[in-house]
Amino acid sequence: MYRYDEFDAAFVRERVVQFSDQVERRLKGEITEDEFRPLRLMNGVYLQLHAYMLRIAVPYGTLSSTQMRRLAHIARTYDKGFGHFTTRQNIQFNWPALKDVPAILSELAEVEMHAIQTSGNCIRNVTADHFAGAAFDEADDPRPYAEILRQWSSLHPEFSFLPRKFKIAVTGAAHDRAAIRLHDIGLEVKRGDDGGIGFAVYVGGGQGRTPMLAREINPFVPEADILAYVDAILRVYNLFGRRDNKFKARIKILVHETGIDELRRMVEEEFAQIRGGVLGLPAEEAERIRAYFAPPRFEERPAVSAKLNAARTANPTLDRFVKQNLHRHKAPGYTSLTISLKPIGGIPGDASADQMDAVAVIAETWAFSEIRVSHEQNLILPHLALDDVPDVYQALAAAGLATANAGAITDIIACPGLDYCALANARSIPIASQLSERFGAPERQDEIGPLSIKISGCINACGHHHVGHIGILGVDRKGEEFYQISLGGNPDESASIGEIIGPGFYAEGVIDAVETVVDTYIKLRLSPEETFLTAYRRLGEAPFKEALYGA
Amino acid sequence: MLEILTANRLYDGDVVYRTAAGDWVADVDAAELIDSTDRLTLAVAAANADVKASKVLDVAPIAVEVTDGHIVPKRLRERIRAFGPTVKSDHRPGAN
Repeated sequence: MYRYDEFDAAFVRERVVQFSDQVERRLKGEITEDEFRPLRLMNGVYLQLHAYMLRIAVPYGTLSSTQMRRLAHIARTYDKGFGHFTTRQNIQFNWPALKDVPAILSELAEVEMHAIQTSGNCIRNVTADHFAGAAFDEADDPRPYAEILRQWSSLHPEFSFLPRKFKIAVTGAAHDRAAIRLHDIGLEVKRGDDGGIGFAVYVGGGQGRTPMLAREINPFVPEADILAYVDAILRVYNLFGRRDNKFKARIKILVHETGIDELRRMVEEEFAQIRGGVLGLPAEEAERIRAYFAPPRFEERPAVSAKLNAARTANPTLDRFVKQNLHRHKAPGYTSLTISLKPIGGIPGDASADQMDAVAVIAETWAFSEIRVSHEQNLILPHLALDDVPDVYQALAAAGLATANAGAITDIIACPGLDYCALANARSIPIASQLSERFGAPERQDEIGPLSIKISGCINACGHHHVGHIGILGVDRKGEEFYQISLGGNPDESASIGEIIGPGFYAEGVIDAVETVVDTYIKLRLSPEETFLTAYRRLGEAPFKEALYGA
Repeated sequence: MLEILTANRLYDGDVVYRTAAGDWVADVDAAELIDSTDRLTLAVAAANADVKASKVLDVAPIAVEVTDGHIVPKRLRERIRAFGPTVKSDHRPGAN
C-alpha cells in the first residue's frame, strides 16, 4: 500500500495547523461565515441538516486495518458511534462539532488520511475498481495510476478553481467495476500490442441533472504520456468550461456543446505542447509507485479449498454467502470477499464503530490488513485464502456483517437523502430500508438474481439512480415526497442511462411499484439465467409500463 | 401564519430555535411563536445580530403549527431537523 512520503506528510500536517487556526478564528468571530465557508469546504467540512458533516477521502478506496481502526475511534469519540461509506469510496461522519474538527484531522493525519479536496471545484478523490490488484480479469492494478493522479492533482494550483468539481475513475479490467463512463475522466488500464501499459481515455461522463455517458477521446495513451494527456484535458476544460451557469459547468456539457471530435482536436493541440515535458511519467517513477502496491506474498494453494467446500456442505447459510459475496481472485486458492453494509432493512453504507473495529481485526488476522471501500457502499477484503473463509464468515456474523447479498436486489445504493442532506428533496434511506425488507427473504433474492436498485433524494444523483437497473429519484411535489422510477440504467462497460418509465409515485406507492416491475421481469424472462438488465434490453419499456399503469 | 426562527449553532452545527428571551435552544417547543410581521422583523434583526456575533448561522423563519400543545414545523425538511432523521434507529449500527 502507498505510504506517505515526506512531502505528503508535511503538506497534510501543514494543512491541519492552518485549518485549526482558521477554525479558532471563526469560533472567536474574527472571520465571518462567508469568509470561512470556502475554507471549511476545502477541508471537507459541510453544514448539513442537523450538524456539520466531515467527508474524509479514502484514496481509490484503499484502507489499512490501522486506518479503519482510527475511523472507528473517530466515530466513537467525536461522532455518534457510526460512519457512512459513500458512493465516492469516501467516509462521512454526520455529527462532528466544528470545534472538534481540528482534532479529528490531526488524528487522521497520524494515519496518513485527510479531507482535502473532498469538496470544491477541484479534482476530487480518484476512485478505482474495488477489486484492484486482486481481480482475475485485470490488465494491471489501477491503483498506482490513481495514486500518481492523486499526487499530481493534490493542491494543484492551476486546477484548484475549475469551473466545477472534477471526478476521475480508473479501472484495471475491461469489465468496468469503477463506473468510468460516469466520470469526468474515465481511464481503463490496457496492454498495448507490445505488452506495454496504456490507457483508454473517456471524457465527459456524469450523472446529476444532465446524465451523460463519457465518450472515448483516445483509445490508447501510453503510460509515459498519461499525466500530460489528462493535464491537457484539464487545461482545455479550465479554459473553455462554462463558468456562467453552475448547471452547465461540468465537462460533460463542454463535450456535448463542443462535440467530441473538436474537443479531441483541442486536447491533442494542448497535449502536443506539453508532451514529453515535466509531466512525462518516467518508467522508473511508475515502477517506484507500483512497488508500493505490490501484491502480498500469496502462498501456493490449490485452486479449490476442500476445507471451504466441506464447511459449505455443513452450513447452508455459509454456502449462500460464498455464492453471493465472493469474487474470483487472480491467485489460486484466494478470493476477494464483499462485506455487505446492507443489512436487510438497514441503512446502506453505515457501519458502527464496533463493526469498523471488527473489520480491522478480521483484515489483520486473515487478509493482509487490507480493506477496500466500494462505490457500491460496501467493504471488501481483497485478498483472502479460501481456506479462511469459514472463520472470516463466523467473525463477520458475530459483528452483524455477514449479510449475503452482494450484487443482489437488497444491495441497494442510497444517498443520505432528506434525513441528513441539506440539498435533498426527499428521503432515500427509508425507501431503501422498505425495499430491502420487501425483497429480503433469501429465496426471493435468489429468485430475482442480480438486480441493482439505486436511490437518490435529489437531482444531484449521489445515489447513482441514473445507472440503477431500477433507479429511484425522490423529488418534492408540492411539499410531498414523490418518486420517479427509471429502468435499464447500468454503470459498467455496457453503460446506459435509465429511462423514466412514467409518472412517479408517492412514498406509499413506490415499494409496490418496484415489486410490480420485478414481478413483470420474472414473468417475462426467458429463463432464470436471463438477468433483469438483459431482459429489459430485450423487452423494452412497454411491458413494464403496461404493468405499472395499465394498457 | 405562525412562524419560529431556526438556525444552526456555530460551534457544533446543532439545530437550534430562538426563544422569546433571545436564547438559542435545541427544543423546538421552547421557540418563540411569532404571528405578526412586526414581531418577525424584530426577531430576525436580533437573530442576525447573533449571526454577526458568531453564535449561530443560517437563520431562517419557518412555518409551524401547534398540535396538542406542541410546535410542529409544516415542512417535512424542518420536521426532520427538529425531531431527527426518520431512519429506524434500531437499524442504525451502533445507535443507542
